[in-house]
Amino acid sequence: MQKLEKLQKNNLNKIKLKEMKTDIVLAGVGGQGILSIAAALGSAALDNNLNMKQAETHGMSQRGGDVQSFMRISDKPIYSDLIPKGGADLILSVEPMECLRYLPYLKEGGYVVTNSTPFINIPNYPENEELVNTIKALPNHIIIDADTIAKEEVGNVRAFNFVMLGAASPFIEIPFEYLEEGIKALFGKKGQAIVDMNIKALHAGRKFAEENR
Amino acid sequence: MQKHLLLGVEAIAQGAIDGGMSGIYAYPGTPSTEITEYVQHSKQAVARNIHREWSANEKTAMETALGMSYAGKRTMVCMKHVGLNVAADCFLNAAVTGANGGIIVTVADDPSMHSSQNEQDSRVYGKFAQIPVLEPSNQQEAYEMSRYGFELSEKLGTPVMLRITTRLAHSRAGVEIREEVKENEMSLPKNKKQFILLPAIARKQYKLLLSKQEQFEAEGETAGYNQIFEGKDKSLGIIACGIGYNYLMENYPNGDCPFPVVKVSQYPLPRKMVTKIANECDKLLILEEGYPVVEELLKGYLEKEAVIGRLDGTLSRDGELNPDMVAKALGFEVKEGAPVPELVAPRPPALCDGCGHRDVYKALNETIASYGQGRVFSDIGCYTLGALPPFESIFTTVDMGASITMAKGATDAGLVPSVAVIGDSTFTHSGMTGLLDAVNEKSSITVVISDNESTSMTGGQESSALGHLEAICEGLGVEKDHIRVFTPVPKMHDEMCKIIKEELEYDGVSVIIPRRVCIQKATRDAKARKAAKK
Repeated sequence: MQKLEKLQKNNLNKIKLKEMKTDIVLAGVGGQGILSIAAALGSAALDNNLNMKQAETHGMSQRGGDVQSFMRISDKPIYSDLIPKGGADLILSVEPMECLRYLPYLKEGGYVVTNSTPFINIPNYPENEELVNTIKALPNHIIIDADTIAKEEVGNVRAFNFVMLGAASPFIEIPFEYLEEGIKALFGKKGQAIVDMNIKALHAGRKFAEENR
Repeated sequence: MQKHLLLGVEAIAQGAIDGGMSGIYAYPGTPSTEITEYVQHSKQAVARNIHREWSANEKTAMETALGMSYAGKRTMVCMKHVGLNVAADCFLNAAVTGANGGIIVTVADDPSMHSSQNEQDSRVYGKFAQIPVLEPSNQQEAYEMSRYGFELSEKLGTPVMLRITTRLAHSRAGVEIREEVKENEMSLPKNKKQFILLPAIARKQYKLLLSKQEQFEAEGETAGYNQIFEGKDKSLGIIACGIGYNYLMENYPNGDCPFPVVKVSQYPLPRKMVTKIANECDKLLILEEGYPVVEELLKGYLEKEAVIGRLDGTLSRDGELNPDMVAKALGFEVKEGAPVPELVAPRPPALCDGCGHRDVYKALNETIASYGQGRVFSDIGCYTLGALPPFESIFTTVDMGASITMAKGATDAGLVPSVAVIGDSTFTHSGMTGLLDAVNEKSSITVVISDNESTSMTGGQESSALGHLEAICEGLGVEKDHIRVFTPVPKMHDEMCKIIKEELEYDGVSVIIPRRVCIQKATRDAKARKAAKK
């Protein structure tokens, strides 16, 4: 009897491990387009019957200020639109300094995936070496030059957002195909070439993350 | 059922469209703007030709909506919280006239002031007007309440307020949408005197409003949006209003909150539910986004009830709620996460590169330097960012239109010359009457209407001022020779300084109109033209 209970408990734990829940802080600077990443993710989640909530920044800070979006995906009901401190599985930042601004939200063991190209629109932007060293000191991080990969491997620097999503994809509990579907849903109206370009960017980012994690 | 990925504000808009709305009226303001924009872009709304143009300000929007209600059709008026101050005259009186066609006043509050100058709580206005207030806790409820609001408004013959805050406004989730309800036919009010607020009639109408209060409360008990959840642990009872409920449940992901809870999404408060948990629990924790409205009510001046929340420091007195604040109030340990490294620099918003306001401030700073600091009064819009480095040009920003009137007041006190900097859209929103005051008294002020031909801070909506500015100023009595129009570009710098200097020296009202289209709008328009060519 005891054995059975133990077995059941183990099974229960396994089921618990498999539960699908990812909390992501998307970070960047107003105008960089983090919301297109959020839109593709949102569409991927929703079309596959997952629950999602995504809080974003509108208004004044869109004028070149720091912006963030809280993205929550789960197979269970999601209550809060905001992620609690120390609760995010992932910080996905399209700008290197901005990934650090949200560290209080990252949970122990969580990943930071950031673009290495700085967006400098303030006079007191930190020295690059110091910035890179700070990021490299984080336990789980991926620094990726998404702009260069987008330009050289994808052929269009504007696809850097989806290189970033690809690089973050190993840490998001959504099957990779769902993300491809999300991009199709988001860009379908703009034509196959745009869809293909962004999917190519997604793969390029994924490849980089797998080789460098 | 197919779910649609909608922002809270978009869910409200879709709910209103499906709820048989015939017209939406609004002036843009974060976080409410996208309600009207969604209707403007909705194929359904276009097909039905739902009215969806912007109004000059929230007062004209509110009054026009009331006119549509008078004529028997369903209508929504939308604004940010401070917009309700502008619309307040009509709003409070509309509670007395009551409604004919359903009318919802949707107000988006901005606690923590993400994009605002204060964090006033519109539920206080709802109580002030003594009308029902709906406060959805999630996107689906936002959709449902938009539909329900029209029914409630017509059933009880009252305007209804739909109150949201920034987080719900600008958060997306999947929303199930239902079949659309047919719009009302036009029909005049049965009581032909209902909308004539002469004292003798207003007294009757006001008594009618008071007599409806019980029904308003009863509706909150039965409509299903207010809910009571049993809990075994009676040491604490929780009243969670609007999205406060989400932050509560975030701490009990399996839904196993041990305390009795009343979820409040409709006001007046559901008295039976609140009384029940007040009687059975040792003390009450109130979770509400905004002012301690419910908390103050239940605690009372003499503090006869054991009530905790924002007033006793259990929760912060100001700012929006978040899951961590609520976790702490519930006695949970709050995780901290790693600190922000010191090298992270603040990144405040700034005027865009290539923005015309930049050229205006550069010229103004140079010209006014010899007169001494503290003479530039400004207003609400992108140009408010002129308060920050590198410009630091302006010294006031208070409310829509206050630049002109405050500059006038300062000249009355002897601060001559004084300058007002206001945008085109803000000028037609609330600047025109102040300019008339200045003209009538020949005040020595220089008004700079920095015209970017758009309502830019909120995303580039059409400005009511477009094509009218010189005519308006002349019509108000500004002398033609002292209305100076030019294009603010770097190569015009010396010329701009010369013109500003001349008008600062003039003893009377001058209006300077630097006119160049918003750089964001120019880029968007160019893209749209390119797309249209393809």
